[in-house]
Amino acid sequence: MSAVWISVIVVGLATMAIKAAGPLLLARRTPPPRAQAALEHLAPALLAALVVTQALGGDNGGFTIDARLAGLAAGAGALLLRAPLLVVITAAAVTAALVRLVA
Amino acid sequence: MRRPADFQAREPGPTTYLDGVRAAAPIGVAALAFGVSFGVLARAADMGRVAPVVMSVTTFAGSAQFAVASILGAGGGLVTAIVAAILLNLRYGPIGLSAATTFEGPWWRRALTAQLIVDESWAIAQRDDGRLDRHLLIGAGLLLLVCWTTGTVIGTFAGDLVADPESLGLDAAFPALFLALLWSQVRDRSRLLAALAGAAIALALMPFTGPGIPIVAASLACLVGARKPA
Repeated sequence: MSAVWISVIVVGLATMAIKAAGPLLLARRTPPPRAQAALEHLAPALLAALVVTQALGGDNGGFTIDARLAGLAAGAGALLLRAPLLVVITAAAVTAALVRLVA
Repeated sequence: MRRPADFQAREPGPTTYLDGVRAAAPIGVAALAFGVSFGVLARAADMGRVAPVVMSVTTFAGSAQFAVASILGAGGGLVTAIVAAILLNLRYGPIGLSAATTFEGPWWRRALTAQLIVDESWAIAQRDDGRLDRHLLIGAGLLLLVCWTTGTVIGTFAGDLVADPESLGLDAAFPALFLALLWSQVRDRSRLLAALAGAAIALALMPFTGPGIPIVAASLACLVGARKPA
């Protein structure tokens, strides 16, 4: 079997197992209150980490400062103006595209 | 903290799968475009036409798929490619834990619907009480799966015809989406603290670890919530 197919199959199976693990192991079991409270704080913690890594992450780790940051700033500005999600995302994309066009 | 208008409009009443599709539509455009660029990259990396499409349906996680294609394309080893992809997808461990009580039915059905968890569908499905909305998650996940896979097919067959998503600024759409959803999440001091701690952990680790690890480590910031029982 080629390296391509081995990687497709192994990565596919591993990802499926990782995604299914939580719902299979914890299903129908109500976690104790403290664990439940911690789980409810997973979303803000992970979302903040996703913002940081998606805006600043380089291809091979480390930081890359580029037009994404200007786009994110525009998105934040739209949020402050209470714009809907579609406007926030569009403002970010258009700003990043314009910065790349000019730079 | 005030929230964007569409979250307020969506709050009352039960949701449907279609609500999830609608909520994910703007980011679906970006997913389609990046699916195309994954298809192009996979073709350039000699992955053929079928394997990239199979990967988009089964792995269904952009960053890990880009990592495999670029490592194999650059002549990096098979083991390197697999390890990099699995490290990138380890974040779906904690993300899956937070979604654990969302799914219904027998184990195979829960395992199957859990495959629709990606960063974006999980983010869109966040509810006010800290749990996930199953309809939003499944609707958003299905739309993103269709967009991502369709994009991959287009990329592997006709990639040269399509513009680079980065020149359209679409890579900036993802952090903006997560920021908007984070915005609606940070309602009290302990959630704000969890967000700041998560961002700080990710920032601190990014220069030293490969991609993937900073996000997994940032999940530890949820322990902020365990200080006092809910």
